[in-house]
Amino acid sequence: MTDTLNGKGLALIPRTDAKQTLKDFKSDQEVRWCPGCGDYAILAAVQSFLPELGLKRENIVFVSGIGCSSRFPYYLNTYGFHSIHGRAPAIATGLAASRPDLSVWVITGDGDALSIGGNHLIHALRRNVNLNILLFNNRIYGLTKGQYSPTSEIGKITKSTPMGSLDKPFNPISLALGAEAGFVARTIDSDRKHLQGVLRQAAEHRGASLVEIYQNCNIFNDGAFDTLKDPGTRDEITVRLEHGQPIVFGTGDNERAVRLSPTGGVEVVRRAEVSDGEILVHDAHNPDPSLAFALSRLDEPAFEHVPIGVFRSIDRPSYDQLLNEQVQAATTDKGTGSLADLLHGGDTWTIG
Amino acid sequence: MTKQVQQLDRVIIRFAGDSGDGMQLTGDRFTAETAQFGNDLSTLPNFPAEIRAPAGTLPGVSSFQLHFADHDILTPGDAPNVLVAMNPAALKANLGDLPKGADIIANTDEFTKRNLAKVGYDGNPLEDDSLAEWRLHAVPLTSLTVKSLEGYDISKKDAERAKNMFALGLLSWLYHRPTEGTIQFLEAKFAKKPEIAKANIAAFQAGWNYGETTESFSVSYEIKPATLRPGTYRNISGNQALAYGLIAASVQSKLPLFLGSYPITPASDILHELSKHKRFGIRTFQAEDEIAGVGAALGAAFGGSLGVTTTSGPGVALKAETVGLAVTTELPLIVVDVQRAGPSTGMPTKTEQTDLLMAMYGRNGESPVPVLAAATPSDCFTMAIEAARIALQYRTPVMLLSDGYLANGSEPWRIPDIDELPDISVLFTTEPNGDDGTYLPFKRDPETLARPWAVPGTAGLEHRIGGIEKADGTGNISYDPDNHDKMVRLRQAKIDGIDVPDLTVDDPDGDARVLVLGWGSTYGPIAAAARRVRAAGHKVAQAHLRHLNPLPANTGEVLRSYDKVLLPEINLGQLAMLLRARFLVDVISYNRVRGLPFKAAELAAVIQDVIESD
Repeated sequence: MTDTLNGKGLALIPRTDAKQTLKDFKSDQEVRWCPGCGDYAILAAVQSFLPELGLKRENIVFVSGIGCSSRFPYYLNTYGFHSIHGRAPAIATGLAASRPDLSVWVITGDGDALSIGGNHLIHALRRNVNLNILLFNNRIYGLTKGQYSPTSEIGKITKSTPMGSLDKPFNPISLALGAEAGFVARTIDSDRKHLQGVLRQAAEHRGASLVEIYQNCNIFNDGAFDTLKDPGTRDEITVRLEHGQPIVFGTGDNERAVRLSPTGGVEVVRRAEVSDGEILVHDAHNPDPSLAFALSRLDEPAFEHVPIGVFRSIDRPSYDQLLNEQVQAATTDKGTGSLADLLHGGDTWTIG
Repeated sequence: MTKQVQQLDRVIIRFAGDSGDGMQLTGDRFTAETAQFGNDLSTLPNFPAEIRAPAGTLPGVSSFQLHFADHDILTPGDAPNVLVAMNPAALKANLGDLPKGADIIANTDEFTKRNLAKVGYDGNPLEDDSLAEWRLHAVPLTSLTVKSLEGYDISKKDAERAKNMFALGLLSWLYHRPTEGTIQFLEAKFAKKPEIAKANIAAFQAGWNYGETTESFSVSYEIKPATLRPGTYRNISGNQALAYGLIAASVQSKLPLFLGSYPITPASDILHELSKHKRFGIRTFQAEDEIAGVGAALGAAFGGSLGVTTTSGPGVALKAETVGLAVTTELPLIVVDVQRAGPSTGMPTKTEQTDLLMAMYGRNGESPVPVLAAATPSDCFTMAIEAARIALQYRTPVMLLSDGYLANGSEPWRIPDIDELPDISVLFTTEPNGDDGTYLPFKRDPETLARPWAVPGTAGLEHRIGGIEKADGTGNISYDPDNHDKMVRLRQAKIDGIDVPDLTVDDPDGDARVLVLGWGSTYGPIAAAARRVRAAGHKVAQAHLRHLNPLPANTGEVLRSYDKVLLPEINLGQLAMLLRARFLVDVISYNRVRGLPFKAAELAAVIQDVIESD
């Protein structure tokens, strides 16, 4: 059986002993997001977190699609590729599959990843390509100026839906788990500590990691995540998932817990009404994704309770690893290919 | 009884049957025997897109035509001398192509009332006089095969299925083909089912023996080996040659090959072939769709691989946006379009030259790409290396056009010495190129206008590229009007300045007044037609374009030096439009879009008309 590199996700990537700082990762380009955009906070968090990985900067690549978030690579002093709408996972797949020595990050948004690029996203996840996919979810189209997105709530009034949007949104976590992604997490732009903690785990996971980042678009969908940020409501609806810990949230009399429901899913109950033993202990390493999926459904109806943290982190060989093993096996079995032998293979005849 | 042996200089055989009858395999084996014998040859498989169309129907007919000769030949031949018809549908579908006096070998067992009715025959053509103008050999191929396999422990169905090998044996006797290769092939093919292997070999030998003993065949034929240029030869199809050319390009460029591809007829065999050769460091990636195929190839190119995507016309349409990204990021990429009949799904297994304008212009913005087209099946090898040379040297996507006719057709190929192959290696940029120690990803080589290629992992050269317009030199995002105008012109000038060989003209006497020009897979039929016209005492010059963008520098001069330029194309005049626009030369188009290659006789008549008309 193929050994996996999980937990050693950075093992193949050259490291440096030189001390790196946030400054090393800032490019000389002027950042051009709208003032107040959540992307600034994510950029700052990424720039200050990358030095911690201790990787050679030249072995880090950021690939993006199209959208506000996809300008991200221009602002990082690593290698970067700002590509076309929806295709970043496909382009990054070719790069990661051919270069296992690179730490490849995909920056995408809810429109880029889930509408035009939905097919590439699910296939990158199922193949377990060694990518860290950061999905900035602001639940709106920003760069095209305010149409509803595949994560907008039903009934969203926008320029393209003056009478309200009709389609049910994707839950990106449920979608990623449905595609059997090996690493699936959610975090939020305003909580830098949580954000960086999740990014670190994603980076260390070899294979496809999907991190949904709730990101506020203060122009077209301002306040979409306010209930998760407002000190008055935040702790009552945020369900912090931590591996090995019982899932409880809320404060005081309103403290609640998550337990298995009689219908096979999970349910939220008042903490006071359950014994310790009934409370579900989060197991992110469970090979069966069913419970992780059930947890992803806790925010149905939307934003009643919102789990954040790592839903799933399991160990399985990454696509690049398997592909390169085939190349190595072919070479070991038969030796490196000889072009002359190849061309002279099959039936030949000589005219003298 | 000693049978008469007659000498022939060339023969065209067409094997035709139901798509389940194994006609492609039979044709392949006869071709291999013929190559082994040393004849020159050219093949034309023709099969339905349906994997198994309803048995015995006209749409289910699959055929394989082989032309072989004691001299060099250029096409699979216009009209068969021999038709092997495994059922009534095969006879009905192919009889129209068969000149009077040709041989028909028909499998009488399949000419049942039901099968005849299926294709609209009222009576049995083998028994009425309707085939009187041909030489009919009515042979119960199925029952003879089953009878010859009585001693074998196989099902009746398996015995019946061996009838194609009986037919192959019979034809092998008729044309004195060597048999060892087929026997070895069958042993290897059915290595895991030795009883089936033995039965197929027995059927093959029974077919041979039948030829020798039956009175139905009184004459057998000898076609002497051809005297080709000295060297070692193999038979090769266009798709195989193209795959080998890509492998050679990887070796000669010292870059690992990365193929991103989505299965599509008639290009899939390139993916199949390359996936077998991982020991050359080749990574093949079967993507989720055409867009991901080219995207992954471009991503790999960004990482320093030789990025390739293979497809057919509908796939090129889907890849267009990514090709545009490769144009503007100036990364090397090879896009192989094995053209097929369109528009839309069209006729997937039939050939056409209708993607030229899409290859040239099928992208948004001013988006020039080099376009190359292979002329023959084996030329696919050469042009794959040429596509890589241009892509790597000029940092550009390159469109390489093949088509269904080249892809599946085959011909003998003189295997090149490895040291005859061009060195197309490139150096990655590893040092800053700016005055102040910075890296300028869009600072160009003054001669080729190519930009430097620094791959991730190179310290100090970290940079960002993308689809947004870039400032000249730095590559930073730029919306400056004059910069955009400059970059548009620079990208165009880079492609226009690509070094391509001059167009050569074949004009034996040097005083022809009519030039027949072609591009891509029409080379064989045009050259064969030119020979016929010359043999009839007329003068015609021939030239063939393999570089379509940029065109060879002398193209205009060549066109203007003839009174008339005739341009046959399997489209409605796509190259003609380009040449008229570019050179103001009033080329005469000849266009047929039937999903089939031109016939030499057809083109000879057209050339003759042009010569004779004033």
